[in-house]
Amino acid sequence: MTQQQRVIVVGGGLAGLAGSARMAEAGLAVDLFSLVPVKRSHSVCAQGGINACNEVARQQGYSEYEHFDETIYGGDFLADQHPVLEMANWAPRIIDLLDRMGVPFNRTAEGYRDLRLFGGSLFKRTHFSGATTGQQLLYALDEQVRRLEADGAVTKYESWEFLRPILADGADGPRCVGIVAQDLRTMQIRAFRADAVVMATGGAGLVFGKSTNSVICTGAALARCYQAGAAYANPEMIQVHPTAVPGADKLRLMSESARGEGGRVWVPRKKGDSRPAREIPEAERLYFLEEKYPKYGNIVPRDIATREIFDICVNQHMGVDGGNQVYLDLTHKDPEYLTRKLGGIMDIYQKFVGVDPRHEPMKIFPGVHYSMGGLWTQYTAGSYAPSEPQPAHVSGTETACDAEIGRGMLPGAPNNMMTNIEGLYAFGEVNFAFHGANRLGANALLSCIFDGLFSGVGVANYIRDGAPSTAPAESIPQSVFDSAVGAESSRQKAITDTAIGGDHADETNPYIIAKEMGEEMTAGCTVVREEARLQKTLDRIAELRDRWSRMKLADGATWTNQSLSFARSVGDMLAVADAMASGAKARKESRGAHYRIDYPDRDDAKFMKTTFVTYDAGEGRARVEHREVRAELVAPRARTYGKVDKEEPAKAEAAAAGV
Amino acid sequence: MTVATTNGTAKRTAAANSRKVRFRIKRCDGPNKLVRWETFELTIAKGENVISCLQKIAANPVTTEGKRSTPVVWDCSCLEEVCGSCTMVINGQARQSCSALIDVIAPDDGDTVTLEPMSKFPVIRDLWVDRSRMFDALKRVKAWVPIDGTYDLGAGPRERPEEQAVRYALSECMTCGCCLEACPQFELAEDESEWDKSFIGAQALSQARLFNLHETGAQLKGDRLETLMGPDGVSECGNAQNCVKVCPKHIPLTESIAAVGRSTTIHAISKWFSGK
Repeated sequence: MTQQQRVIVVGGGLAGLAGSARMAEAGLAVDLFSLVPVKRSHSVCAQGGINACNEVARQQGYSEYEHFDETIYGGDFLADQHPVLEMANWAPRIIDLLDRMGVPFNRTAEGYRDLRLFGGSLFKRTHFSGATTGQQLLYALDEQVRRLEADGAVTKYESWEFLRPILADGADGPRCVGIVAQDLRTMQIRAFRADAVVMATGGAGLVFGKSTNSVICTGAALARCYQAGAAYANPEMIQVHPTAVPGADKLRLMSESARGEGGRVWVPRKKGDSRPAREIPEAERLYFLEEKYPKYGNIVPRDIATREIFDICVNQHMGVDGGNQVYLDLTHKDPEYLTRKLGGIMDIYQKFVGVDPRHEPMKIFPGVHYSMGGLWTQYTAGSYAPSEPQPAHVSGTETACDAEIGRGMLPGAPNNMMTNIEGLYAFGEVNFAFHGANRLGANALLSCIFDGLFSGVGVANYIRDGAPSTAPAESIPQSVFDSAVGAESSRQKAITDTAIGGDHADETNPYIIAKEMGEEMTAGCTVVREEARLQKTLDRIAELRDRWSRMKLADGATWTNQSLSFARSVGDMLAVADAMASGAKARKESRGAHYRIDYPDRDDAKFMKTTFVTYDAGEGRARVEHREVRAELVAPRARTYGKVDKEEPAKAEAAAAGV
Repeated sequence: MTVATTNGTAKRTAAANSRKVRFRIKRCDGPNKLVRWETFELTIAKGENVISCLQKIAANPVTTEGKRSTPVVWDCSCLEEVCGSCTMVINGQARQSCSALIDVIAPDDGDTVTLEPMSKFPVIRDLWVDRSRMFDALKRVKAWVPIDGTYDLGAGPRERPEEQAVRYALSECMTCGCCLEACPQFELAEDESEWDKSFIGAQALSQARLFNLHETGAQLKGDRLETLMGPDGVSECGNAQNCVKVCPKHIPLTESIAAVGRSTTIHAISKWFSGK
């Protein structure tokens, strides 16, 4: 009897769990690795909801195609368009599946799934489960994978850390045949064979120190693939969420659903007005988003809201109490309604700030939230091929393409979401495939689950028909695996050996190095960017890498050494930081989340291109190229969201739309 | 500076700006290793929590005696009380360390915060414990909806908003372990072979109820109830009601236990009548 074919999934959030379930169903043995019990993955933090065309919106003129068009426009035309079309077409099917799994979606009086408004759309197309939608979706998939685990189809390795992909010589360059991983309790380092490896390791918020991300979202896993030869695309595209609550240890997200449910963002019109919020009359409040964007108001996309809040506070010094904060106000809504629709975030704010947001406006400021960029991935385009890219879709009119499966991407194609390394895949936030230069709210949960379900089939096909069918991982010489384990053991020893001796200066303290990296990246590479400042950031990163190479560990334990794991990750995070700042410096334009004060306009001729970064092992630095975006479906147009104080872009948009 | 009218207020005003707090931490290098206590003193700013303090200790692990120690090992992830990871015993009570605000638990200059690992789970190192038994319990009660696979088969059952509200409340359980730490009947079981020998605890009972309430999930109701009629099942609950008091998500655990108790009784009687 032949050995069963195996796949490794690294990461047990929505993408990893959806992929595990689908691939186990396809008959593969799945080994699932996670830093934490998968039920504690970062997907649990997603709050607001998940987008999909639905019957109510459809009868109001919405469509899967409009969801696709909004996502491309929201991403400022940086995403390759075919995968986004396929994702939007699958969205209603994914909601149905989650519904069957028992997700407690909020319901209407008649028992149908309730819907809410979200950024970047004028239709209610966001499905939700209170304000803890990510948690509820994660739990549903966790339960399904637990069921598969009980049946022996999935084996979990929880509290294991991915250290590197194992590459063997393939027909056309390296091919991934397994991973090296470490048990974070016993510290055992081991090789695991697999016919394919799926990375589903999420974002890299911790590179910025404090962010809305969980502490496990270091980007180290991505960095380890990147340094092993996987390309990293659009690293500079980092979403800064407009509404977070600053804290001593992290920035806590206040979901976009707060605005979708009617939340209003404002500051006192009079600078330095020190009256409590409730005593400031309506006429003396500046609802700056509503004034500038009468069409979308408070639900403009995140990058726009973030820059406006930043401008009000940092440039105009009109922040509440003179600080970096604005009001996010829900006090005009019925408190019971707020509890029912937004209970999760109401509780978080009350618990961590000590103020009830049902009665006092919240004080918020933007915080690093999501990585649109990630491992570069491929796909096979589907059957929709218009003769020329289409103008903006008008709601309620005939769509350019229907919602059949396979219009955007070819289902089951083995290269769907495969990186440039054969057999190494990337699903979910760790890839770059769907969100371009800015992600629309409530599209993240969708893209993660879509990847797992849709591209999981391609992985199974690759294993059945591709290189593993003739040369399974089991046939690869043991020496390949032994040398990978040897390399990681040496890397570990080099770090733990530093734990002896009495030198504990800040200069070589990995916790201090990480803190300084976060502060530098937040100051130089977030909301506003500029050439000289980015160069300074790159210089600082180089200095921190030098310090990291000389670091001293505070713990030499051979059992459950968290300091070792953290310190090792810091080196990888610095490689990610270098790629982000390098990508930002090379992109001499403004697009989506990437705003350059020295190049304030979008430049499609030069930069409607994917930033394609490879790691130069000799230099230890990022090597940046630009590649064409595949934009055959929708023609680029100015992205204004109907802003009123700028005449020209509005005209440009009208011109582009052929009006 | 505010002029205080009472001594208490004066103390608090001073404390709000910058104050010292001591952290007394129960440490252990691993299974079967000796337990020791270490104390660290930190300068606290407004808005700190136990996590930010443990982070500061990690960067500079020097005890109040001036001895250089090692960073404390603890479990954490989301830091917004939704993942369940960072549960520990803080000043005698099991809770999440992210939402343990220093301004609340140690408001005054010179206060002490005591941190211990949960006692009902085996210690891995310091404050990190192994809660595998909780996830195993979810397998034992088949805490899932048995769907026909991940293919496109249309929507799930329709549900009234009141029913959704009940299920949503139960579904917020983050497997943190507070209910088990507080339960007099739930015992530490180091070895996996002992896990089904003593009370399974409120979390698994409540999850069994959650899936019995779902139209498709109810297909496995009989299996779940059989498991919960065993020697570690619902009859072991001593009705102390501690679980519901300590649950950070305010899940109606005692209602769940009562509901499962009623269901097992009905299940037993119907089995008796049907002669199975």
